[in-house]
Amino acid sequence: MGVVRVRDRVEYSLYERSFVPEILRGLAITLGHFFSNAFGNKETRNLQTVRYPEEQRVYPARYRGQHRLLQREDGSSRCVACYMCSTACPAYCIHIVAAESPDNRIEKYPAAFEIDLLRCIYCGLCVEACPEDAIRMDTGVHTPPFFTRDDAVVGRIDLLSLMGRAGTAPAYGAQNYREGKPRGA
Amino acid sequence: MLFLLVTTLLKFVFLVLLFIMPLATLLTWMERRQSALTQDRLGPWRASFFSIGGKPVRLLGLLHPIADAIKMLFKEPFTPASADKRLHAIAPLVGYVMALVVMSVIPFGPDIPTSILPFVSEETIAKYPVVPLQVVRLDAGILWMFALASLGVYGAALAGWASNNRFALLGGLRASAQAISYEVALGLTVVGILIAFGATEPSAIVNAQNQAGGLGLPLWGILVQPLGALLFFIASVAETKRTPFDVPEGESEIIGYFVEYSSMGFGMFMLGEFVEIVVLSAVFSTLFLGGWDLPWIMGNDSIWLGFTTLTPDSVGVGTFHLVHMLLGMGIWGAKIFFLCALQLQIRWTLPRFRYDQVMNLGWKMLLPLALANIFVSAAVIWWDPSLTAMTVLGLGFIGLVILVAVAGPRRRTAHADHGHGSHASHSTDSHGHPATSH
Repeated sequence: MGVVRVRDRVEYSLYERSFVPEILRGLAITLGHFFSNAFGNKETRNLQTVRYPEEQRVYPARYRGQHRLLQREDGSSRCVACYMCSTACPAYCIHIVAAESPDNRIEKYPAAFEIDLLRCIYCGLCVEACPEDAIRMDTGVHTPPFFTRDDAVVGRIDLLSLMGRAGTAPAYGAQNYREGKPRGA
Repeated sequence: MLFLLVTTLLKFVFLVLLFIMPLATLLTWMERRQSALTQDRLGPWRASFFSIGGKPVRLLGLLHPIADAIKMLFKEPFTPASADKRLHAIAPLVGYVMALVVMSVIPFGPDIPTSILPFVSEETIAKYPVVPLQVVRLDAGILWMFALASLGVYGAALAGWASNNRFALLGGLRASAQAISYEVALGLTVVGILIAFGATEPSAIVNAQNQAGGLGLPLWGILVQPLGALLFFIASVAETKRTPFDVPEGESEIIGYFVEYSSMGFGMFMLGEFVEIVVLSAVFSTLFLGGWDLPWIMGNDSIWLGFTTLTPDSVGVGTFHLVHMLLGMGIWGAKIFFLCALQLQIRWTLPRFRYDQVMNLGWKMLLPLALANIFVSAAVIWWDPSLTAMTVLGLGFIGLVILVAVAGPRRRTAHADHGHGSHASHSTDSHGHPATSH
């Protein structure tokens, strides 16, 4: 239960109620910002605005961008269609159709792997859930704009073609970014 | 007669089309840019209609007012079904026109002798020896100013009533209550100026301020009547209905008397607000900042330029008066621009008053102080009519305010130690009574 704390209204002194000295101090602060931003050099400027299409902010290394599917060295998907990601997904945006894999060391592969980017909330739980390190969100790409709802559903081929950000792991032969060796290769 | 008509028309065109409207339009841009830079943002800078060499011409965003005007003009002017159609249509005009008419008595430059003008006959020169740079030279100019400034609030009141919307009505009521309250203080602060300079005609007041005072300082109103200037400035900010006095608008609570206006109707209210800023800055600079005068540099028959001194004898009467006029008008404009920028900055510094705070400030602080100012000024001027004592007193007041602002006590962060024994910082209020105990 919350505790209600009753406070007396602050009594302002005559000096404070005259407002003038306090207003002058306030003006000194705002004018300081104005002049250092308007006429200052690079060091004194403190402008937070990013002129977006021309300038782009550098995202942190762990920014969750659009998903990609990782490949094995032969170019096939690492995904084994185990449904762990679609089960973990709170937005129900991953749709997988499993099929029997021709490779007899691997049980299944995704005949369809679709992510509805309009439903995705970019929480990263699919990445956490994946036992094969087959899905990552390290592309550093925003959700692209769409003209129809169908465009927002991204399939396996598109997901496999996306690359990690420059400086992070390439699509295959990758280091596991959590720890240890590549899995499922 | 034709001469009078032509010169008046020229002055009118200069004031409205070349000064007030461009400045008001510029202020819409300045308001956005200045607030942005104050808040570490960038503000509007992107609007562009054409490019040179493949690069769009943006001029720091100065084209945004044009884009805004086009946007406003092409929106649908909507009138609510239950509104009073005629009043709803004329309300935006009322405030706007009244503000513009106030400008007619403001002197914006020194008098020009008619003899230097081209195409003027001898009899005209004999009949009108000088052309005042003032649309109307009215003996009761100050009264005219305040009478029309008071009428300006009809715009807000009519808009609030005619819209047939409760929020609009509330805004209109607040606007009229606030304007009436602050006009009292506004009028009374001017009395000090009237006592000091003994004139009600604006250009006579400007000329009186241009005299050299006893201390080698000009007799500017702000030095002679600093308290009056301060009160007048506060009251004029309240008259423009801008932050911290923007309860009639209060965009986060009632939106205000123009809630039912769209398209250019709203545009008129918005631009009218900026016109009011320009006009009240002009009134302030006329009464307290010496109008178009620049002390020590501009005299009636000499202009000191640092390297040389211009006199009618050295450069010819025509050239001298041309320079004198242009310099005077430039200085007049610069003072107004400075005051406008200051008002914009005040808007982005202060939060909004509560409605009762607005009323308390107007009636319980400004009004008694304005009255006290009249009595003290009258007594001091009766004792020393040369205004030297007034100037000394004024300088003392300005020094005190600056001293207090720089070195005055600062309250510790709001409630840090309130009610926990440590009462040393503010245990008594200004009257020496113990603060409310717990």
